[in-house]
Amino acid sequence: MDLSYTPEEEEFRARLREWLAKVLPGLPPKPSPDDWPGRRAYDLGWQRMLYDAGYAGLHWPADAGGRGATPTQHLIFLEETEKAGAPYVGANFVGLLHAGPTIAAEGSAGQRARWLPPVLRGEEVWCQGFSEPDAGSDLAALRTRARRDGDDYVVNGSKIWTSHAEVADWCELLVRTDAKAPKHRGISWLAMPMDAPGITVRPLRTLAGSTEFAEMFLDDVRVSVANRVGEENDGWRVTMVTLSFERGTAFVGEVVACRRVLGELAREARKNGRWDDAVLRRRLGRLNAEFRALWRLTQWNVSESERSGGVPGVGGSVFKLRYSRARQDLYDAAADVLGPEALDLDSRWTLDRLSSLSYTIAAGTSQIQRNIVAERILGLPKGR
Amino acid sequence: MDFQLTDDQRALRAGVRELLDRRFGRERLRAAVDAPELDRALWRELGEAGFFALRLPEAEGGVGLGLPEAVLAFEEAGRALLTGPLVATHLAAGEVSGAATGETVVAAVDGTLVEWLDEADVVRGDVTGAVAMRSADPLTPLHRVPRAAPPDPVAALLIAAEQLGSASRTCELAVQHARTREQFGQPIGAFQAVKHLCSEMLVRVEVARGAVYAAAVTADPLDIAAAGLLADEAAEHGARDCLQVHGGMGFTWESDVHLHLKRAWLRARRGQSAAEAEETLAEELAAVAPGPRT
Repeated sequence: MDLSYTPEEEEFRARLREWLAKVLPGLPPKPSPDDWPGRRAYDLGWQRMLYDAGYAGLHWPADAGGRGATPTQHLIFLEETEKAGAPYVGANFVGLLHAGPTIAAEGSAGQRARWLPPVLRGEEVWCQGFSEPDAGSDLAALRTRARRDGDDYVVNGSKIWTSHAEVADWCELLVRTDAKAPKHRGISWLAMPMDAPGITVRPLRTLAGSTEFAEMFLDDVRVSVANRVGEENDGWRVTMVTLSFERGTAFVGEVVACRRVLGELAREARKNGRWDDAVLRRRLGRLNAEFRALWRLTQWNVSESERSGGVPGVGGSVFKLRYSRARQDLYDAAADVLGPEALDLDSRWTLDRLSSLSYTIAAGTSQIQRNIVAERILGLPKGR
Repeated sequence: MDFQLTDDQRALRAGVRELLDRRFGRERLRAAVDAPELDRALWRELGEAGFFALRLPEAEGGVGLGLPEAVLAFEEAGRALLTGPLVATHLAAGEVSGAATGETVVAAVDGTLVEWLDEADVVRGDVTGAVAMRSADPLTPLHRVPRAAPPDPVAALLIAAEQLGSASRTCELAVQHARTREQFGQPIGAFQAVKHLCSEMLVRVEVARGAVYAAAVTADPLDIAAAGLLADEAAEHGARDCLQVHGGMGFTWESDVHLHLKRAWLRARRGQSAAEAEETLAEELAAVAPGPRT
């Protein structure tokens, strides 16, 4: 058990810090949350800066244009960029963390050459067309169908919860190509150009009032067969391969941010007098224990994946279950620190409290995560 | 950074588990419930195996290992529900003659409690006015004393390690039962209501493990305070959920579940209280702008 970093890791950290200190003051002002073209330009601009400095695709394999960094270096990158207040991955999320790695793992040489460099250089944005109105937790029940017509697929159906659909160039799309096969065996993975005729994007407003994602209606959309990654009807496996890019680093920046917020809460409570409330104080103390432990669990999972050569451990679901609840507890505590001010949408933390409600739902609900932990880690029988 | 067990640490853990399986298995455990007395032969064997001298320098006849190794050994002790004043004797190694080898049984005042007072050869702390209790834990004789001793951070860490071992064991017991016990024509572990109880047990164990192992590496009192809170939660809540999964059988004397629960309750009363630990951790937040130490 060694929590110290090697000289190489420390050097990586030092160079990164130095670079961040140099470039962050020169960033343009952050666009407003509703300014989607502005957000796209800002996020792509940041990605371009990362690319020029040699930090793009840090965790991608070198033969896909990435840096082949170790999981620990990736952890350091996410920790330091968060601490320095650097921009988030934002609109580059799907390209860098899902579609890109999928193409890197399963795409042909031509597909890799076409799609990977623009993601790394901050030139193209990807979105994800997986969930459907009737296929949420049961994703493999998806019904959007693709019919073969010459060199094209003709796609009909609808997708939901698609982030950045308004500003994306490409969509990684899961479609049903064989309606008769068992549900996991009739799915294919397509790269759909978002400027193709027949795509209608309708933004969805979240309970926090913002339009973070959209519904997408697909009406006779033609997608070239050459845009299929992997074999026809093998799309489920192709998609799951990418989930193995999760190396315990998914929430590194957020845990760092939560620990900063916790300190801000304590100092705010000192200032407004609520620190005298022992119940609130002890709650904050317990949250400190909680987020310290989550940080340690992150380091544990990262070390595990480093030892296994980047193969993920089983810790992802365990971590997400605990972290998603801790994040909600944190912002509930924030509301108690604020008191009546917590009802003011302009108060610090109020919008964060609202958006924290998505954490136990998005990317696999807590109920699904518990099934995964029970069946895949504990070996309990499938059933209901 | 390599926050995983080394090969030597894995071997040490396996060695302690093998020793305890052989010398303190289920039969011996149940015999101890019926007649709670200290097994002096086992105590010497633990001494020979280096359990008490683990952190003593080799020059002083010890094993020369550190807190992480001690934590792994105590985790195994917690898992096996090993009896006796283990922490007090371990901490006395090198200070009390015969403690390191297991010749001398050392008890100590911990808060206002003393375990195994009547069986101990040496008692550390002020036990004037000690009164015997009818201990809720059938495996641990207890006295209470009027004057409290201040908590020791290393003792708190080793107790947290025992809690972690117990929590991990009750999770295993619950899963074993849920796999084999059938109702409505299927293993009860196929029902989501049962599955989700087991999953949450594992989550608490793994979160506590990160905290306990990290505290063993840093020996930072704040890390130890956090580890104690999470390990207590994992052990107490885990034993209760294990009891629930076992249904009526879990409520019986012959099941081992209550032994884990009662010991977990006892350990949670030792060392720093939850309130003190939370206040300490709250104070740190208000004092400085914390970033994760790296």
